[in-house]
Amino acid sequence: MSPTMAVMRRELRSYFVTPVAYVFLVIFLVLAGILTFYTGDFYERGQADLQPFFTMHPWLYLILVPAVSMRLWAEEEKGGTLELLLTLPLTLRQAMLGKFFAAWLFLGLALALTAPLWITVNYLGSPDNGVILAGYLGSWLMAGAFLAIGACLSTLTRSQVVAFILTALICVLLILAGQPQVLDFFQGALPRKLINGVAHLSMLRHFEAIARGVLDARDLLYFLLTILAWLAAGVLVLDLKRTR
Amino acid sequence: MIETDQLTRRYGHLTAVDALSIRAEPGQVLGLLGPNGAGKSTAMRMIAGFLAPTSGTARVCGHDVRREPLRAKRALGYLPEGAPSYGEMTVREFLVFIARVRGLRAEVGYRRFEEVVGRLQLEDVLEQCIDTLSKGLRRRVGLAQAILHDPPVLMLDEPTDGLDPNQKHAVRQLIDAMARERTILISTHLLEEVHALCNRVVIIARGRLLADATPAELEQRSRYHGAVSFSAPGSGVSQEMLGRLPQVASIEVDPLDGRITVFPKPGVRILEPVEELLRQQGLEVSEIQLERGRLDEVFRHITTGAGAAERTA
Repeated sequence: MSPTMAVMRRELRSYFVTPVAYVFLVIFLVLAGILTFYTGDFYERGQADLQPFFTMHPWLYLILVPAVSMRLWAEEEKGGTLELLLTLPLTLRQAMLGKFFAAWLFLGLALALTAPLWITVNYLGSPDNGVILAGYLGSWLMAGAFLAIGACLSTLTRSQVVAFILTALICVLLILAGQPQVLDFFQGALPRKLINGVAHLSMLRHFEAIARGVLDARDLLYFLLTILAWLAAGVLVLDLKRTR
Repeated sequence: MIETDQLTRRYGHLTAVDALSIRAEPGQVLGLLGPNGAGKSTAMRMIAGFLAPTSGTARVCGHDVRREPLRAKRALGYLPEGAPSYGEMTVREFLVFIARVRGLRAEVGYRRFEEVVGRLQLEDVLEQCIDTLSKGLRRRVGLAQAILHDPPVLMLDEPTDGLDPNQKHAVRQLIDAMARERTILISTHLLEEVHALCNRVVIIARGRLLADATPAELEQRSRYHGAVSFSAPGSGVSQEMLGRLPQVASIEVDPLDGRITVFPKPGVRILEPVEELLRQQGLEVSEIQLERGRLDEVFRHITTGAGAAERTA
């Protein structure tokens, strides 16, 4: 077994030996339900799709993903196990990927547990299941991007609270970057090209494109690159910490 | 084998490890000795690859920790200070995790697992969470983790710190048993440990190498080396008469228990003359002892100002 797999399995197991994972799953499912049915007017819209469900995901992840990612490295640092882990024969990249994949799979599980909603929609009407599948894919990719940001920021501090707040902050900026209110605010103050660039950085824009069922390679690439860049930055921080 | 070559680590202006060059060979138990904050743990962390050296380097079994970190880490079993482990895991899960990360194949891993668990007597706690274990057991789990892959080089940062005397004894026996074909580097600030375990000692303070010798050689540096001490309760042993012996340099009397210590002139044996004198005088001596030298005194001398200054001069 590769070291990455070993780390991933250890991490995944550690989620479920404490009640944290179950608490998280319950909160995730309850919030997802509430947001969909009340805020999203699931029934009142009279349409057989999961659009209101997915629309709420960025805001749901804003709170819940940092809660998963904050412990990834901060906890190891605080508990002294970082020294143990990093003196085992594995590279920083392998350790980072192992941790990331474990957390990403866990979020994938949380997402998969919302399947009853999908079944409900299919019972009530005949939705376009391709679009719904794309929505799930987009949602999982977005969760991965948030997670990668959190994994990187978790290396910066031994305090999980600080890691949580920093992650939530960056994520909210990335969500809001494409909102017209934000872009309008900078209209005139910044050159048009820069504003367009900022708009392209927006998570929301890429997520909504995928969730509409349009699988554009650029949107997928956006998420994959975001994930890789933040994970690489995290590895860099870990390496810098060895020399500091 | 462990070698360090001008190994240096700075934190801002503070130099934690200063151009340290040491060497430990197979079959050797090298004790890294020094006061708290001397740089022992920092040096070990660099050898283990957790910290990067500011300059200089270290080699484990010939693998440079900067150029071939993974090979160096594979050859090394390391017990970090305080024996950290994942508290929410059971002992079995933890050791299986270590075996997997170290890439032990199933059959080898299983054999090693059985052997290590037996050797450290962990059979009864295999299914317990590490969090629930006593300090001594946790230390043993840390040791198990370090020797699981049967490494040629073992590095243990204060392996007996915080253990009770029985546990200390057990850990020392284990280290002793493993010492024959391996290179072992242990750090400690316990001098008794040096006697019990090490066949070579490196003393560092403020990051610098101050002494590199066998325990016996260190003892010879003590002013107590070759001194004779005895208790003669209720008798007025004449210090004057002892002082008249040509071999005697000085005499001290312990103000608490009245024990008399006679110091020889350099390179002279005084046990026989002192005994002879005592017999001639017909003095009752309850017990008489030839001192080998006191490591604590040598340690203090070397690591506090006097010795350190002497050495750098």
